Amino acid sequence: MTPAELIIPESARPIPTTAPYSLFELRAPYVSVSAMSRERRRGVECRAQRKDTEGTTRVLDETGSVTTAEPTKETRSAEDLDLPWQIVVHNDPVNLMSYVTMVFQRVFGYPREKAEKHMLEVHQKGRSILWAGMREPAELYVQQLHGYLLLATLEKLS
Amino acid sequence: MEICRHNDQIEISELDPFLAELLRQIPASASPDGVPTAEQRLFSSPTNGKEPELCAEWKQYVEPELRRLFQSATETVAADLEQLNGNEKSLANRTLHIPAKHTDAWLSALNQARLVIAAKNNFTELELSDHFRSPIGSRRDLSLFQINFYGFLQEFILRELND
Repeated sequence: MTPAELIIPESARPIPTTAPYSLFELRAPYVSVSAMSRERRRGVECRAQRKDTEGTTRVLDETGSVTTAEPTKETRSAEDLDLPWQIVVHNDPVNLMSYVTMVFQRVFGYPREKAEKHMLEVHQKGRSILWAGMREPAELYVQQLHGYLLLATLEKLS
Repeated sequence: MEICRHNDQIEISELDPFLAELLRQIPASASPDGVPTAEQRLFSSPTNGKEPELCAEWKQYVEPELRRLFQSATETVAADLEQLNGNEKSLANRTLHIPAKHTDAWLSALNQARLVIAAKNNFTELELSDHFRSPIGSRRDLSLFQINFYGFLQEFILRELND
């Protein structure tokens, strides 16, 4: 598939990364990471959509599989598109296994079994690829994972 | 010490002065100030040092947000811990109530504290998986006990969240 344009639904404006922005809502007395999650979802919905040269919109999920969707009017230039990035979570002897599982469930919305599978992969192999897709939602996912104090990095898929 | 869920809060009762003091130390223990390894752990690179432009943006825009998030959690916990500063006799057992809406803040602050203590002491994976070391004979042993105690509280909170 040749990416040409990025579809940005009106209801899912991207979150800028080149200017100061606040992804957290201040909710007394604790600033919640989950507030960031909602913003992220909007970004993911937006950024995970691509349109090929025939105008068909394709939606990428975390496994890299593609489904089609109705095209919308607003588009972005090709330079804003990026090759897929992957989110890698690395092993950390301090974070509890149950905590890591909960974070995967919260951040990616994975069912418990899938979250546990990734957690065990991190624990046994030292790393697990949690998601792959466009750079902007990937950055937001990593930001959220760092908010939960997991060791997570972005890697460009070659 | 007893820990149970009581209505809309977690109740930690029969807290002896030693454990109460460890709890009081959560906010201070969570601070990475003056410990570069702890600072690096809490604010780790998003790309393992690659992609310098992305790292620079991250430092400028994301790190302040993370600092605010972490500080907010420790402030919430510090406010809850004021319950332990009553006028009872200093050696009396105490009870602490953690409101259900504060459990995320507690998970975060406990995690921060555990990560910072581990970084400060440069604990190995082997040491961290040794949950039955006793008695406490050094400052290092105490730090490891602190990590395990905070981990126990995290486990209990997580179990309550899952139920």
